[in-house]
Amino acid sequence: MQSQATYNYGVVRQFAVMTVIWGVVGMLVGVIIAAQLIWPELSVVEWLSYGRLRPLHTNAVIFAFGGCSLFATSYYCVQRTSHTPLFAPALASFTFWGWQLVIVLAALSLPLGLTSGKEYAELEWPIDLLIAVVWVSYAVVFFGTIFRRRTPHIYVANWFFGGFILTVAILHIVNSCEIPATLFKSYSCYAGVQDAMVQWWYGHNAVGFFLTAGFLGMMYYFVPKQAGRPVYSYRLSVVHFWALIFTYMWAGPHHLHYTALPDWTQSIGMIFSLILLAPSWGGMINGIMTLSGAWHKLRDDPILKFMITSLSFYGMSTFEGPMMSIKTVNALSHYTDWTVGHVHSGALGWVAMIAIGCTYYMLPRIFGKNEMHSVKLINLHFWVATIGVVLYIASMWIAGVMQGLMWRATNADGTLTYSFVESVKATYPFWTIRLVGGLLFLVGMLIMTYNMFKTIAGGKAVNAPVLEPAHA
Amino acid sequence: MDINNTSDFVSGFWNVYVIVLVLLSVIGCGVFLWSQSSAKHAAGQTTGHVWDENLEEFNNPLPNWWRWMFYLTIIFGLVYLCLYPGLGNYPGSYGWTMRGQHDKEQAVAEEQFKQAYGPLLKMDVAAVAADPKAREAGQRLFLTYCAQCHGGDAKGTKGFPNLTDSDWLWGGTAAKIKETITNGRDAMMPPKGLKPDLDLDQIKDLANYVSSLSGLASDAGRAQRGKDLFGLACGACHGPEGKGNLGLAPNLTDKVWLYGSSEDTIVETIAKGRQNRMPAFGEFLGDAKVHLLAAYVYGLGGGVTEPAKSVEAIAEPPKAADAEKN
Repeated sequence: MQSQATYNYGVVRQFAVMTVIWGVVGMLVGVIIAAQLIWPELSVVEWLSYGRLRPLHTNAVIFAFGGCSLFATSYYCVQRTSHTPLFAPALASFTFWGWQLVIVLAALSLPLGLTSGKEYAELEWPIDLLIAVVWVSYAVVFFGTIFRRRTPHIYVANWFFGGFILTVAILHIVNSCEIPATLFKSYSCYAGVQDAMVQWWYGHNAVGFFLTAGFLGMMYYFVPKQAGRPVYSYRLSVVHFWALIFTYMWAGPHHLHYTALPDWTQSIGMIFSLILLAPSWGGMINGIMTLSGAWHKLRDDPILKFMITSLSFYGMSTFEGPMMSIKTVNALSHYTDWTVGHVHSGALGWVAMIAIGCTYYMLPRIFGKNEMHSVKLINLHFWVATIGVVLYIASMWIAGVMQGLMWRATNADGTLTYSFVESVKATYPFWTIRLVGGLLFLVGMLIMTYNMFKTIAGGKAVNAPVLEPAHA
Repeated sequence: MDINNTSDFVSGFWNVYVIVLVLLSVIGCGVFLWSQSSAKHAAGQTTGHVWDENLEEFNNPLPNWWRWMFYLTIIFGLVYLCLYPGLGNYPGSYGWTMRGQHDKEQAVAEEQFKQAYGPLLKMDVAAVAADPKAREAGQRLFLTYCAQCHGGDAKGTKGFPNLTDSDWLWGGTAAKIKETITNGRDAMMPPKGLKPDLDLDQIKDLANYVSSLSGLASDAGRAQRGKDLFGLACGACHGPEGKGNLGLAPNLTDKVWLYGSSEDTIVETIAKGRQNRMPAFGEFLGDAKVHLLAAYVYGLGGGVTEPAKSVEAIAEPPKAADAEKN
């Protein structure tokens, strides 16, 4: 009996491969726009201009690369920890093709200049509808599998995946309420400062749930697996899970400090952003401390290196975030490249590195191999990527603080010391360093692509047999 | 309307709602943490649950430093809500608002400005333009407010006039420059001038004639035909010889071309007309900054000495400064 039932790895394989492909595409677009900042003449035609490629970059890395990675890992984790194949396999397959269609439509419509103008929610209303359908299908597959689990308890990783899936559905549907004018144009249901507040409630929780809760779910499955150690503290995971999903919801207003948003709303956003520090660090502690007693494994396991480094960047950016939400700090950092550096220490350091680590974990297992084609290349990828991230965020920190100081500098007579364009000129060297950092990260992804295709070529698609749950 | 309270909402209920919800949520975080850390947990033992062969969890207690960090942020939040606006309409004991902070900072800057440049405002523009300290301040103002269109070097670009030459559309005297900055300028050339029935061939004839006026290469036959049309379509504003009228229409016989001098561009200008606007800065910057800016632009190289008759214009700057003092 047992030998006949197998886990549904087909859809995991599809999403895992596309994670790497879209990672390369999204980061390539990032490198192009980083170069356009230094050489504006690279904006040759309007559909390859900075203003259109920038949303393409953010959508591609967040929703194509990050999204595929979340689908792959959550589908892998939920069936293995529920000891049952995926619920509704046809629907699971639909989520793959539906999500790829969303990505392709985004890649076509954004360069054409079709946008709703909401950051990280630029896609126009027909695509929004498709996203909603795919996402609800995802929820049915995921929670259906949970309901059919053969263990009494739900594993902690699935709490985070489940929280992420539910909340993203709510965020997407509420923020995308819009009135269609034509097939390609719609207007938001909200107006003025309310629109801004809904947008940043969405925007910040896209970070909090899509890029944090979901990726913490990955962390809770793949780090203990790769380290071969139990999770450090069940109690800590309970406390930081509930505290994290509760407080994230309040933090959005810190994106609108010193704007038309009323003072009281800004203050509430700020204090909840500070309260968010400890819940965020709970995940980092639980991940890193899982390794206690097995630190030696870090020496020769590059996958574990990716995971632990990602947790360090996670801890760093979740400290930086609350600090930047303090009004006096925000007055300096807002609208500067510091914000860009902060985002990328989270996006490259945390999100991309944990996703890369988990993908390296899964690829050999779903393609019937013991390990990746070349472990040495994983190691090379790790170092190239780490140097890339450090160059990226260090240059953006310096550039951001410099811009903030230049913009606010006044002369003894009360006039501004610098014109805006002087701060632009002063930023060029740092944009160049950033380009090098981003380029290194892209090179790492290309190394991964090569390694992946060599692994696939030497292996074959394998669906592991469903395991009997352990009886304690 | 004061934007810093809950006046966006339809009733006073929402003020209470915000206060209660925020306090419950902040304090609730602390109570939740306390409830979870009081239970005893044995370090180093697992919960006994196993998933997927070997996934287990230790039941270690919450790290103490982490718990205290959590409590500290909650206490900070509560203290902040006492001092600053946050609880609905309650303004906070410091009475701080972002608008108040802005007004205070701006008042300081204005005061510094007045102290530094007060004496200069009593001098006429030409004299201010000769003062190196005033020129420096003028340049900073120019780079902040004017460089976006006229360029950092004030040499302009297509559609935005060069301010360093002696060609002036609206007059290069101190008074005229000041008037331009204060009130802005609206310029309009109607399509096809005063002869709306011009066809494309005639427009090309005109374009060639206009090119010939400033010595550019042109088709002699077309230029000849264009000359006859010029008087009908353009002469009223640009003058019978195309030398322009200050404040009405530019001189077409010099080498200055605001929109470009290729035949295609001139055809476009005639066929479609041109509209342009320099925004008014008087209300936004105030007399003092306009005075320094006018002096800076005047001193860029093209400033025109006042003709003797406009003595009143020279007397204007001190008057403006006095008005500001009151």
